[in-house]
Amino acid sequence: MLRFIARRLMGAIPTMLIIIIMAFFLMRMAKGGPFDQERKLPPEIERNILAAYDLDKPLFQQFIDVNGFVCTAFLTGNHDPAAAAARGLTYDGTKYVNDKGRQFRCLGGYLGKLLGGDLGPSYKYKDFTVAELIADGAPVSALLGISAMLLATVIGLTLGTIAALRQNRASDFSIMTIAMIGITVPSFVMAPILTLILGVNLGWLPVGGWNEGALQNMILPVISLSLTQIAVISRLTRGSMIEVLRSNYVRTARAKGLPEFQVITRHAMRAAILPLISYLGPATAGIVTGSLVIEQIFNLPGIGKYFINGALQRDYTLVMGVVILYASLVIMLNLVADVLYGLLDPKIRYD
Amino acid sequence: MAVVQPVSEFQGRSLWQDARRRLFANKAAVISMIVLALIATMSIVMPFVWQHNFDDAYFDRISCPPPDYLGMTGLFGNQAEMCPTAVGQGHIFGTDANGRDLFIRVMMGGRVSLAIGFVATFVALMIGVLYGATAGFIGGRVDNLMMRFVDILYALPFIFFVIILVVVFGNNFLLMFVAIGAVEWLTMARIVRGQTLSIKRKEFIEAAEASGVSTMNIIRRHILPNVLGPVIVYVTLTVPAVILTESFLSFLGLGVQEPFTSWGVLIADGKDQMESYPWMLIFPAVFMAITLFCFNFIGDGLRDALDPRDR
Amino acid sequence: MSSILSVKDLAVRFSTPDGEVSAVNQISFDVEEGDCVGVVGESGSGKSQTFMAIMGLLANNGKASGSATFRGEELIGMKRERLNKIRGSKMTMIFQDPMTSLTPHLKVGRQLTEVLVLHKGMSEKDARARAIQILDRVKIPDASRRIDQYPHEFSGGMRQRVMIAMALVCEPQLLIADEPSTALDVTVQAQILDLLQELRRDENMSIIMITHDLGVVAGLCNRVMVMYAGEFCETAKVSEIFHDPQHPYTRGLVNSIPRLDQSSETRLIAIPGHPPNLQRLPKGCTFQERCTFAFDRCIAERPKLTPFAEERAKSCHLKGFDSLGAVIR
Repeated sequence: MLRFIARRLMGAIPTMLIIIIMAFFLMRMAKGGPFDQERKLPPEIERNILAAYDLDKPLFQQFIDVNGFVCTAFLTGNHDPAAAAARGLTYDGTKYVNDKGRQFRCLGGYLGKLLGGDLGPSYKYKDFTVAELIADGAPVSALLGISAMLLATVIGLTLGTIAALRQNRASDFSIMTIAMIGITVPSFVMAPILTLILGVNLGWLPVGGWNEGALQNMILPVISLSLTQIAVISRLTRGSMIEVLRSNYVRTARAKGLPEFQVITRHAMRAAILPLISYLGPATAGIVTGSLVIEQIFNLPGIGKYFINGALQRDYTLVMGVVILYASLVIMLNLVADVLYGLLDPKIRYD
Repeated sequence: MAVVQPVSEFQGRSLWQDARRRLFANKAAVISMIVLALIATMSIVMPFVWQHNFDDAYFDRISCPPPDYLGMTGLFGNQAEMCPTAVGQGHIFGTDANGRDLFIRVMMGGRVSLAIGFVATFVALMIGVLYGATAGFIGGRVDNLMMRFVDILYALPFIFFVIILVVVFGNNFLLMFVAIGAVEWLTMARIVRGQTLSIKRKEFIEAAEASGVSTMNIIRRHILPNVLGPVIVYVTLTVPAVILTESFLSFLGLGVQEPFTSWGVLIADGKDQMESYPWMLIFPAVFMAITLFCFNFIGDGLRDALDPRDR
Repeated sequence: MSSILSVKDLAVRFSTPDGEVSAVNQISFDVEEGDCVGVVGESGSGKSQTFMAIMGLLANNGKASGSATFRGEELIGMKRERLNKIRGSKMTMIFQDPMTSLTPHLKVGRQLTEVLVLHKGMSEKDARARAIQILDRVKIPDASRRIDQYPHEFSGGMRQRVMIAMALVCEPQLLIADEPSTALDVTVQAQILDLLQELRRDENMSIIMITHDLGVVAGLCNRVMVMYAGEFCETAKVSEIFHDPQHPYTRGLVNSIPRLDQSSETRLIAIPGHPPNLQRLPKGCTFQERCTFAFDRCIAERPKLTPFAEERAKSCHLKGFDSLGAVIR
């Protein structure tokens, strides 16, 4: 099992690398740069700014720079002779050399810094590093996403099971119609309507803002974000539950005289949620997509706004940082899904 | 002596005939097809025949409510009072904040949304089917490598990918199709590959191979027709997904640009005016929701028809 | 002798997208204490669905009508809570496909003990001891170790033994075995049948054996009921049905059994044609189109199951067959 996880994590390395490469070069293919402004800057100032951010180099060298002595990633953030010395290197004024007097070469450029855990500075939010911005927004987005996901799972599972048990009866049809509405009406239509009713007309809940994550500020965003997922999960659950309820072993369980509740929870539920586990990855992606919109509608200080603004203003490092964060999230959750799958289904062995 | 022959009547009906019969027995699917055809025809024809153009702006009729035809004056406000100049001008859905006829903009938006839906799905279909069938058919190392690539793209949070593509190439109509299609093909490729793998092991493929049919021909003649079922179902479910994606992008300001419009753009604009001018949100939202509903019902109907286990 | 199970005018209908299907048509029979009844018929004859209806296990689209009483208690339409007190403890069932009839994610032991905890109110510990004992009883080697394994670690024959153990663990009064050996290898089949025979001898219970194989009936049962298109066409003592079948269908079945005392040159006689479509049964006898002896009355009128000798009944308009096999009209 541990070996399985380790191998999957190893396998994720090329995946991440390709994602980083694609995002990096795609971003920079866009017209315009982060420092374009309405009024053109004097050329020498522009040159200085570009040089300060390494943007004056050829594109490939910006990405990966083998010879540069910008080894900051490995040697803390700045030129720090003390930190270099701790690694047995000395700074001779132009380059770092090791004890044999050879120049120390290391990966520079974006990738080099990234490997050292440095996402770089933001080009637009001056005085902030990307890591700081993410650390600022991530807790909000994470809280929102996890709450929405939990809510969607609990409600979706319950509704789907009820619909399966009442297959082709009135309650089944009404649950599935509501689910269909949840899938067809986009969250950015649902959210304002909910806000209008619960927030503006009835005045029960605040219409936006974060307010340090107060519960009443969370309710509307979380509900809006989870609606689509509730719909999808209840449809998935219904389908797989119907299949499982028709299986021979559920018939055996019923023949044993077990109460229906035990038949469902002990014998049927496990197999019925297996498809849900595979849906964990896509669900995360869906929540992420949704949160971009929901954060905007409710004006929440999450990561979404950084990404949109970053993309529009060519804040390369910020966009890269968010993409990397979400890609690792999706990869991690797919791994979690596989592990859970194995734990729930004794027939699957990790080989 | 044998008078009744109940069995023979049931034989000789092909899978497709059976599926068609089941599909047409499904009321929700049939109604959906009719409604969808109606909406599509209207979107195509109306811009040619309607008395207003989609970019005609009447500055004396800004944000006018529709005439009172469903007793909804209470919700929308009285047209004659709010906009005397608009009375009798055929603004059956009212006008937008720029004084343009909302009905024709909804029709025009439908054109664009449906076009994006179909073209992007077609792109996804082409790439996905070719890629998936090839991977599944060749199998082994190549298959491994090809599907690995798909896994990688899957891990890319695709909305970011689309946003980056849209930012890179600007709000270009065609590229929007391609960007969305280029993302949606992944699932298609997976479905087709799985289907191909299972069909490949069937005897009739071995028979074709043994009689010297070329690989290309086997894929085209034997494998593609057999993966058609799940693919058709997936296609009908991809079109609405694409329309939704487009509306997301429009909401984020990355969609179709003025004066052109799509349902997503109209909804995004309408949402800001929801409190004072609710018709600007309601009409496009209802049209889009109905369309998505129809596609989903047809998709479900097709799935039940092609996979006749009663769900 | 008193009857354990008494069925009267039981009918099972399924509503399908293509219309109503009647799987079982108004059948009546009794099972006495200590009886071992064989129910024989080809697939689709309604033999399984009869007992699914009795156990309350019909699929969602199925509906049972008529009456089936277990020790005087009406089972059809019984409240689920009450039915759950009977099925699994006093009346149990084994199914055809052992490969898929056990819950894959639960250990075998757990699936056994839950029955005891439920019906006998045992503690987990006592239940476990009893479960090991019963696994031993159905000849699963190394039971105390295997009780902690998952079903996929068992072979088909072993899984069917687990199913049998599960059915026996509460010492039922009636065991319904739905083709318990069909899905298994021939040698394993024989072992399972031997086991059932041994259990029948030692445990005091009635058995209903559903099968399409007359041979199984011969070795195990004392009475046999032959089903065709949802109805009984002949019921008899086992000793009589083989040498004196009185319904043309039964004759066909008996003739299609390979016999060691015939030379290998003798061809087996198959019954021509297919069972009728249950969606629209003919007005007359359901067997008419496959029957070599059918005459105009068979087309016009459905024969009823009528007793014609002690413990024998058939549903056929023919008078019968004489000892040489010639038809008496």
